[in-house]
Amino acid sequence: MEICELTAHELAGRLQAREVSAEEATQACLDRIAETDAELGAYLTVTADLALEQARAVDSRRRAGEALPAVAGVPVAIKDVLCTRGVRTTCASRILENFVPPYDAAAVERCNEAGLPMIGKTNMDEFAMGSSTENSAFKVTRNPRAIDRVPGGSSGGSAAAVAGNEAFWALGSDTGGSIRQPASLCGLVGIKPTYGRVSRYGLIAYASSLDQVGPLTKDVRDAALLLGVIAGHDGRDSTSADLPVPDYVAELEKGVQGLKAGVPAQLLGQGIDPAVRDCVLAAVDRLVALGLEVEETQMPHIDYSLPVYYILAPAEAASNLARYDGVRYGHRTAKPVSDIYDMFAKTRSEGFGPEVRLRIMLGTYALSAGYYDAYYLKALRVRTLIKRNFDEAWQKYDVLLSPTSPTVAFKVGEKADDPLQMKLADICTIPINLAGIPAASVPCGEVDGLPVGLQIMGRPFQEDVILRVAYACEQTMSG
Amino acid sequence: MSWQPCVGLEVHVQLSTDSKMFCACPAEFGGEPNTRCCPVCLGLPGSLPVPNQEAIEHVLRTGLALNCQVAERCRFARKNYLYPDLAKNYQISQYDEPLTQDGYIDLDVNGQPVHIRIRRAHLEEDTGKNIHLLDGCSVVDYNRSGVPLMEVVTEPDFTSADEVRVYLTELRRILRYIGVSDADMEKGQMRCEPTVNLRNLQTDEATPKTEIKNLNSIRSVYEAVRYEIARQLRALETDEPLVQETRRWDETARQTVSMRRKETADDYMYFPDPDLVPLEPSSDWVADIRASIAELPTARRRRFVEEYGLPEYDASVLTEEKAVADYFEAVAAASGDPKAASNWVMTEVLRYLNEEGVTVDRFPLSPECVAELIALTADGTLSATIAREVFARACRDGRSPRQIVEQDGLAQISDTSELAKLVDEAIAANPKAVEDFRAGKEKALGAIVGHIMRTTKGQANPQLVNDLLRQKLSAS
Repeated sequence: MEICELTAHELAGRLQAREVSAEEATQACLDRIAETDAELGAYLTVTADLALEQARAVDSRRRAGEALPAVAGVPVAIKDVLCTRGVRTTCASRILENFVPPYDAAAVERCNEAGLPMIGKTNMDEFAMGSSTENSAFKVTRNPRAIDRVPGGSSGGSAAAVAGNEAFWALGSDTGGSIRQPASLCGLVGIKPTYGRVSRYGLIAYASSLDQVGPLTKDVRDAALLLGVIAGHDGRDSTSADLPVPDYVAELEKGVQGLKAGVPAQLLGQGIDPAVRDCVLAAVDRLVALGLEVEETQMPHIDYSLPVYYILAPAEAASNLARYDGVRYGHRTAKPVSDIYDMFAKTRSEGFGPEVRLRIMLGTYALSAGYYDAYYLKALRVRTLIKRNFDEAWQKYDVLLSPTSPTVAFKVGEKADDPLQMKLADICTIPINLAGIPAASVPCGEVDGLPVGLQIMGRPFQEDVILRVAYACEQTMSG
Repeated sequence: MSWQPCVGLEVHVQLSTDSKMFCACPAEFGGEPNTRCCPVCLGLPGSLPVPNQEAIEHVLRTGLALNCQVAERCRFARKNYLYPDLAKNYQISQYDEPLTQDGYIDLDVNGQPVHIRIRRAHLEEDTGKNIHLLDGCSVVDYNRSGVPLMEVVTEPDFTSADEVRVYLTELRRILRYIGVSDADMEKGQMRCEPTVNLRNLQTDEATPKTEIKNLNSIRSVYEAVRYEIARQLRALETDEPLVQETRRWDETARQTVSMRRKETADDYMYFPDPDLVPLEPSSDWVADIRASIAELPTARRRRFVEEYGLPEYDASVLTEEKAVADYFEAVAAASGDPKAASNWVMTEVLRYLNEEGVTVDRFPLSPECVAELIALTADGTLSATIAREVFARACRDGRSPRQIVEQDGLAQISDTSELAKLVDEAIAANPKAVEDFRAGKEKALGAIVGHIMRTTKGQANPQLVNDLLRQKLSAS
């Protein structure tokens, strides 16, 4: 087995045993990128020199006998939505094509502290708006499991990098399913942590009340490890939770005996490919065989998740993206302008892609005087009802189970002209962001040779319970 | 028909905090352009705001001083508009859930009580500053971006420019008293935008509102409001149309000039800022702040009149600044003579502060020193003139009044035998004046007294000199 095919924890073991160096592991990733990324298109920026320098630093500290974090030296890929000091951060948008942040995002800082060399910045849907990574201004990313298909989105570059062994693990961001859906489509584990679990400082905002940073990994143990690296309180993010971070790995093998799960009927019905549904239900049955208690449950307000999301997220985005005006940084129009407002208009029309423009217009409309109450305010109220559905579920269940994506990976271009179908790709994942709860996607089978993900949702700040169930599911898959 | 002016005020106050509203950058005015900024106040991608607790406390303190209700739970909201000096193209402000609201202030305007309702006092962040260069280029300085700003809004309760002037003076005094701002309009620490219109008391009909900008002193606010009320009344009389607009105060022409028409309300697309959690000031915190608010100027002024028996005018001069009032009370306590303390502070101390251009905390004499001067004057050791000289010397070299009197030999001569000698000498030296006095010219006595005062450098007790002189002249 080649080095770059190892999981992160396998590599960490070999690094600790000094069977391989961080520099060798990093070089192995870089070699694989050179070999396959022209076709995969996972990366927007490869930071080879920086990664090797960070890897050598870990190696020399290890040689000097320093106590290092368990995962030190395992290279990581970072979604291009997270600010990296001195390294171009584009959000896959023309408007930030040459933006070099003067600071690191909190999650990136924590990766640095853990000694993870940064391999590069990965492709994504522009400003994280999309479900296929086809909305990138720069390139299309393909699914390593089936090269004619999309990797999902918006963290499609991170997913493709890990699934294609161009990185051992990666960070993504999830506003409506942007970590879990690509994980599902690429056969990976992905976690959207509880809102507030991971600092958003330095995460370029799409929809501030929904965005979270999380891991994309080859297996559940890796996900537990990487979540442990990035989770925790940060005073620079007012919405960050000041709660202790449990040892996510320690709980993994505890099993599902004694846990109770609900399967919301609303997430198994209309729009879900029957083959995907059967695959997910078969995985649920395997968990039942391991002692998980399961029953179907009703969560009626979930049905309104998509329309609520497409009011709230664009509204926040319209305001969050207003700062990209060509005054301070980023793209500025080269065309002659009549006044400052003409400069804003030309800069923004040139800098933003069609999906971003669409969502800015949607959001502006929803916040406008005369429409605010009917759209934004009403959506906020329905969001509260959806949250309440989940609160009620936690009275009875430890976790909830559903498909992550209604379909397996679709072909590149297949839904590009059908925005509604594209948006339905997030039908099972969006309610989780609205409720602010944690959820993971874990591979649970295949349909037509393509991976299917099981979504496991949990109580706020109970990522450990989710990981236990995910680990059990993973065990039923191997062998 | 009787039309009544209706004026409402929006006052922005820069809060005196060390750091900015949502980041750790210094909030201090000035600095080389764009040197007091960070990713947060520059609105760089990915940066997030963290609220400044001190600024929140300042607004709570102001709200309480203005008799406002403090919200149990409130939010920051985004006010969305595009402008280059606005780093994020939205301003973090407060909208339908302000920190404090529904207060009032009672004023004394030329002896008449006036009650003004306070709509709200809320918190927001300041913008940067656009600078237009001579070559047609514009640049932006973001040093001011994110500086904490408090907005105090009144109901349209003012009916004259006089009331507006008294309110602003009183508001400034309160803000300084409770230590939330220096509130200097000339320095832009306090900015005021009045809204002016007229209302028909019989029909309740109202004229369109005008908002006045570019007001840089309380005096210019006063003049602009007076001008605007007169302009609108004149327009009504001459049937000129009035429109809803923003007008600029032209400081040189001393008139308001139309800037832009406001036909529709601006749509700022306010919504709760998702980056900030709701504020919930605890009742303990609010109680602590309430308890820490010192006596406000109006109450103190009243107390000075009642407790110390000072005239209204003296009380208002002494309470204008908290530190001066504190100083006065210390002198009054140390001397046990509030009237004398008031005289000394109002004349000598305030004159010194004025001439030296310093504040009372830099005044060289302790209240005990001034009390000593009062005591030395009261027991006859010093005449009023000599006391002023001792005061000046003490300010100059830091010696105590008693030391100065002893070392410089400045004590008043009250010894009658010594004075009798001086009087005899003076009579001998001024035969003409003596003759005149004896001929009935009362004034001539002054010349003889003056002679004695000159020879003793003012140290002779003038009362005793007078008595002795009269005795001698009538006896012989």
